[in-house]
Amino acid sequence: MRLSSKHLTLLILLAIVALAPLAFPSNFYYRIGALAFVNGLAVTGLVILIGFAGQVSLGHAGFAGIGAYTCALAPIYLGLHPALAMLLGTVISAGIAWLIGGPILRLKGYYLGVATLGFGILVSMVLANEVPITGGADGREVPELGLRAALKFIGIDLSNAQFWYAFTALFLLGGAWVASNLHDSAAGRALRALHDSEIAAGTVGVDVARYKLSAFVLSAVYASLSGSLLALMNKFITPDVAGFLHSVELVTMTVLGGAGSVPGAIAGATLLTLLPQALTALQAYEHMILGLIMMLVMIFMRDGLVPTLSRALRGRG
Amino acid sequence: MPLLSVEGLGIDFGGLRAVNDVGFGVEPGEIVSVIGPNGAGKTTLFNMISGAYRPARGKVSLDGEAVTGMAPNQLAERGLSRTFQNLQIFQKMSVLENVMTGRHLKARGSLVADLFSTPASRRRTAEARTVASGLLARVGLDRAADQQASSLSYGALKRLEIARALALEPRILLLDEPAAGCNAVETEEIDHLIADVAKSGVAILLVEHDMKMVMRISSHIVVLDRGEKIAEGKPEKVSRDPKVIEAYLGVQEGSGHALG
Repeated sequence: MRLSSKHLTLLILLAIVALAPLAFPSNFYYRIGALAFVNGLAVTGLVILIGFAGQVSLGHAGFAGIGAYTCALAPIYLGLHPALAMLLGTVISAGIAWLIGGPILRLKGYYLGVATLGFGILVSMVLANEVPITGGADGREVPELGLRAALKFIGIDLSNAQFWYAFTALFLLGGAWVASNLHDSAAGRALRALHDSEIAAGTVGVDVARYKLSAFVLSAVYASLSGSLLALMNKFITPDVAGFLHSVELVTMTVLGGAGSVPGAIAGATLLTLLPQALTALQAYEHMILGLIMMLVMIFMRDGLVPTLSRALRGRG
Repeated sequence: MPLLSVEGLGIDFGGLRAVNDVGFGVEPGEIVSVIGPNGAGKTTLFNMISGAYRPARGKVSLDGEAVTGMAPNQLAERGLSRTFQNLQIFQKMSVLENVMTGRHLKARGSLVADLFSTPASRRRTAEARTVASGLLARVGLDRAADQQASSLSYGALKRLEIARALALEPRILLLDEPAAGCNAVETEEIDHLIADVAKSGVAILLVEHDMKMVMRISSHIVVLDRGEKIAEGKPEKVSRDPKVIEAYLGVQEGSGHALG
């Protein structure tokens, strides 16, 4: 069987995830890896929205917040198992995305950016101000998922960090697989078509508003899952997860890695998760160097890291 | 009854009557050309028929159904497709993917199936690929199939747009200056292609500046000037019409057979 480039990319990703622990000097790196995967999942959703469909969102952390807080609150108020709470979070996020997506996605460019920004701020304000329920800015504890104990019972004994590394990697690989499937399908072509020319997409029969909404809802589901995983992994959550900075961070990861490419987005998420850790040695200069790297990448690699590098490797740089 | 029928169509931009009271019909297999001096309202007329503008007055019907003011994708579902004077290519896709996207209405299915790449979803994409490859061969772009669309020359992009429009298997095809910017050889290729498509029973509405091409392939010509229809008929009749000659050349005594 001939390997398609989609399967090759996913295999490489799988190999990196599986082999990286061999180079980990300590258990701490499993945690950094898991954080990169959690970010990578949200960013893969943004690849669908920004990279495929060409619609900007500066508020997707809002959906991460909904996913995170559903995992914190649903087990207490509704007695749901955390895993079901995660599912409920995605349903709520998808529902809200569907409701606000209709009016919001009629806007274009920076108007859309500002509208989504408003949504993200709204969510983080609610989370910060509804103190009796959410615990406000001090945050809130999140119940244990319990899957690790279940695995131990059947004889798979992982440390907490190892478990979350593997568990979040599964979600990331699954998310990347789905996004790659979408890219090469009729729906994915419709999204990429309306990105380039809405009028031409309409002319070939694409219902532009409907497809934009699908991309928005899908990316909200990704962000929501990412938020849920973060909450369950940390067993604690604050409104920062829904904050403006987190939204901007996600968009930056998307664009830096290469908005149109799934592996690019994952590389961007990994890079921006790892760099701050690697640069802590430089202390005061950490943020300066981080900013400088981001600027240089955007100036010299406008399509993002991975698309630019893979073009250069194919010798058409 | 004609496949496409336009009655009393009009639109204003500000105080300007851009198009007023234009009517005609196109039968299956017929090539009807809309000609007229620059600014006569040809592209505006096209944009109203294809759903890009909503007409202020008049009626457009497709096969007897009133479709005035419908969105482009609704018109596409009823078998109307078009190309653009200023190219509207999906630049970041490959040449083949552009044409595959033109097959959207036949290739689309459930979003969930596409997300999980089910056999049904893969079959739909494979069918679109087969049809698209055939169409690329038909317009002479098969060797460029895997190139990024933005790398093609202008003339090639014109043909790519026609291939993309044909992927829809339209009943009526609107071509807005398909030969503009093409050299003589390319123009002749496009010319043959259009005649070929019409022969297969597709109704064609054409806006074109290349008068030789228009006179050669049109079954019927509609002449616009300042937004109004000033003449209509067979090419040889229209080219001798004094009103047409006046519109193109201004008032001149004894200018005779100016077109064609």
